[in-house]
Amino acid sequence: MTTSLADVASSNVALRNFLHGLPGVDRVGADQRAAMLGTRSIKTTAKAWAVDLAIRMVDLTTLEGADTPGKVRAMCAKAVRPDPSDPSVPKVAAVCVYPDLVAQAVGALGGSGVKVASVATAFPSGRSSLDVKVAETAFAVSAGADEIDMVIDRGAFLSGDYLKVFEEIAAVKAACGEAHLKVILETGELATYDNVRRASWLAMLAGGDFVKTSTGKVQPAATLPVTLVMLEAVRDFLSATGRKVGVKPAGGIRTTKDAIKMLVLVNETVGEGWLDPDWFRLGASSVLNDLLMQRQKLATGRYAGPDYFTLD
Amino acid sequence: MFEYAPAPESRDVVDIKPSYQLFVGGEWVDSQGENRHKTINPASEEVLAEVSWATEEDVDRAVRAARKAFGPWSAMPGSERAKYLFRIARIIQERSRELAVLETLDNGKPIRESRDVDLPLVAAHFFYYAGWADKLAYAGHGPDPRPLGVAGQVIPWNFPLLMLAWKIAPALACGNTVVLKPAETTPLTALLFAEICRQADLPPGVVNIVTGAGETGAALVNHPDVDKVAFTGSTEVGRMIARSVAGSGKKVTLELGGKAANIVFDDAALDQAVEGVVNGIFFNQGHVCCAGSRLLVQESVADELLDALKRRLATLRLGDPLDKNTDIGAINSAAQLAKIRELSDLGEVEGAERWSPECPLPDRGFWFPPTIFTGVAQSHRIAREEVFGPVLSVLTFRTPAEAVEKANNTPFGLSAGVWTEKGSRILWMADRLRAGVVWANTFNRFDPASPFGGYKESGYGREGGRHGLEAYLDV
Repeated sequence: MTTSLADVASSNVALRNFLHGLPGVDRVGADQRAAMLGTRSIKTTAKAWAVDLAIRMVDLTTLEGADTPGKVRAMCAKAVRPDPSDPSVPKVAAVCVYPDLVAQAVGALGGSGVKVASVATAFPSGRSSLDVKVAETAFAVSAGADEIDMVIDRGAFLSGDYLKVFEEIAAVKAACGEAHLKVILETGELATYDNVRRASWLAMLAGGDFVKTSTGKVQPAATLPVTLVMLEAVRDFLSATGRKVGVKPAGGIRTTKDAIKMLVLVNETVGEGWLDPDWFRLGASSVLNDLLMQRQKLATGRYAGPDYFTLD
Repeated sequence: MFEYAPAPESRDVVDIKPSYQLFVGGEWVDSQGENRHKTINPASEEVLAEVSWATEEDVDRAVRAARKAFGPWSAMPGSERAKYLFRIARIIQERSRELAVLETLDNGKPIRESRDVDLPLVAAHFFYYAGWADKLAYAGHGPDPRPLGVAGQVIPWNFPLLMLAWKIAPALACGNTVVLKPAETTPLTALLFAEICRQADLPPGVVNIVTGAGETGAALVNHPDVDKVAFTGSTEVGRMIARSVAGSGKKVTLELGGKAANIVFDDAALDQAVEGVVNGIFFNQGHVCCAGSRLLVQESVADELLDALKRRLATLRLGDPLDKNTDIGAINSAAQLAKIRELSDLGEVEGAERWSPECPLPDRGFWFPPTIFTGVAQSHRIAREEVFGPVLSVLTFRTPAEAVEKANNTPFGLSAGVWTEKGSRILWMADRLRAGVVWANTFNRFDPASPFGGYKESGYGREGGRHGLEAYLDV
């Protein structure tokens, strides 16, 4: 398969034939499977383990027009020490900001081990020229971003111009240099699970290190079945090519329960190889305080009020 | 490693009495006989309770109580009967946790299934037929269809409460009264249902529950004052019933065994097909008459599908049925386990290749690991006989016509599954498959509005939907 995969991007026709040759996804069945896994009951020791893992997987995110250096600095402090009253709480995986705030984040996080991710490529719509997208990526990387979260051109994808999407991802990947590339599919706009599977394969074939569900600006965002379909795609891609790709559901993950459902999905679809912040991330912000609250509840048996958790 | 900590459902929600009487004429009564038996939890072999095995006299008493209740019950306006059925449905919903735990204890099925499948369907069935009770004139059987009288109903152990609902809800909606015999290994939810009838103030004698084994069942179906016999269970017993009621004028419906083909084409949605195959044969430990026990897979995707299936089976969680994360529970009885073992051993002797995932079995109770046989031919007994356990026989085919030929080449005809992304092929297959239910891109899905029943040795008559009314009306 590896040799044939080298040629799939030789033309739009070849790419289309390959992507449309992937097995379809039955929506009803995928929804049922995700819903069933959502009924798993994760308690006591399993929950404590999952809560800590989920905290370590969080990409703490702020993507607002109103973001300021002060806001980013505060969020970075929270990323390094999520609960000031409990040093045993692990750090989150990364912070995720707009390109112009990368330098602020790098300055605030220096040496902490928390990575800096930057959205790029005319986030969230992706409506600009390739030159602008590549330049924006290069700008974020030069400012010190460890990871780039790019958006695909959904317009091109939906109009069947898969090669354009492929070439953009490849160009952005080249501009990333050492930085890891997460490819945001914006599954809410792709609408069908067949499209989600095809877009996942497209992103992986073009060199993406992660596939990510959503920008957080479009609903629905990271649903369980969409994440399931993407996990199946990375599993199949690994067995076809030997290359492992990560998955990042982002948007709509608000509670510990949501986060644990995601981990169950990973556990029972691709297994423990992906139960690691290097291979699975949760793009979210508000979920962190709920994770902290549940963590404290597990340790003390009591819920503290929301004012006991910092809002940064 | 993400190890799920034990998450057992509490069994304190259900109050099991040490011993149970028979439910006749709205009262708990002692059996005339001395024959008492213990019902056990198949997951631990722990004794749950003692029940009577009703004698011929007990059955006669129950049939007389049902006959006495029939007059007023059938004369009652349908809208009034509906109120009782709606009330029963609501109480079932309110007490669903209790019923689910009891079902799991007595049957061995995982709590996830009794909670998420059995109980919602039980309540839905009562709600559905409650809706028909005052609309029988519009069911297509004339302006004023009449009930039959007293229905003798004998149900199996695989879905104890759900089969009770399938039998009792349409019978009552149409104005019949019933004497129901639950299976000897799973009587407890039917006895709790008797309590619910009392809680709903159902008139005495409309529902009577007599516990027991084959002799009690024989006494019930052979009782001269029974007008209608409804049976779900093995083809062997169904044949005996058909023979014994022949010429008696009793109306009969039989829902018997199956050996369903689950047919996967090369253009199927592969991940969902794998789920469907798993759900088709490992749901309820394969104790399902319509289980997809024969996987027919197109040869061009057979290896790919089998690899995916084996990978998926390795994630199935077998163990304590009360644990909310258990996928595969206990085999219902020692006798059934022996039968599954016998047929599986035979599969190996006949030359099929046996495979099970790494799967430690508990020390006590009755357990059988999920098992796949590959290299199975139509002539093997595991491809022909109903195993009624978590055992899948895998066969291959080359063309749609061959798939139909193999699927139909069985004495049974209860259900079939077709997996393809091509809509026209689904219709083409459904036209040709001789099975009462054909599922397309799904399996083992049930709905009270949908009729269910078999071709050939899988029985006759339909349960569920508008069609299900016919079995309980004089038409």
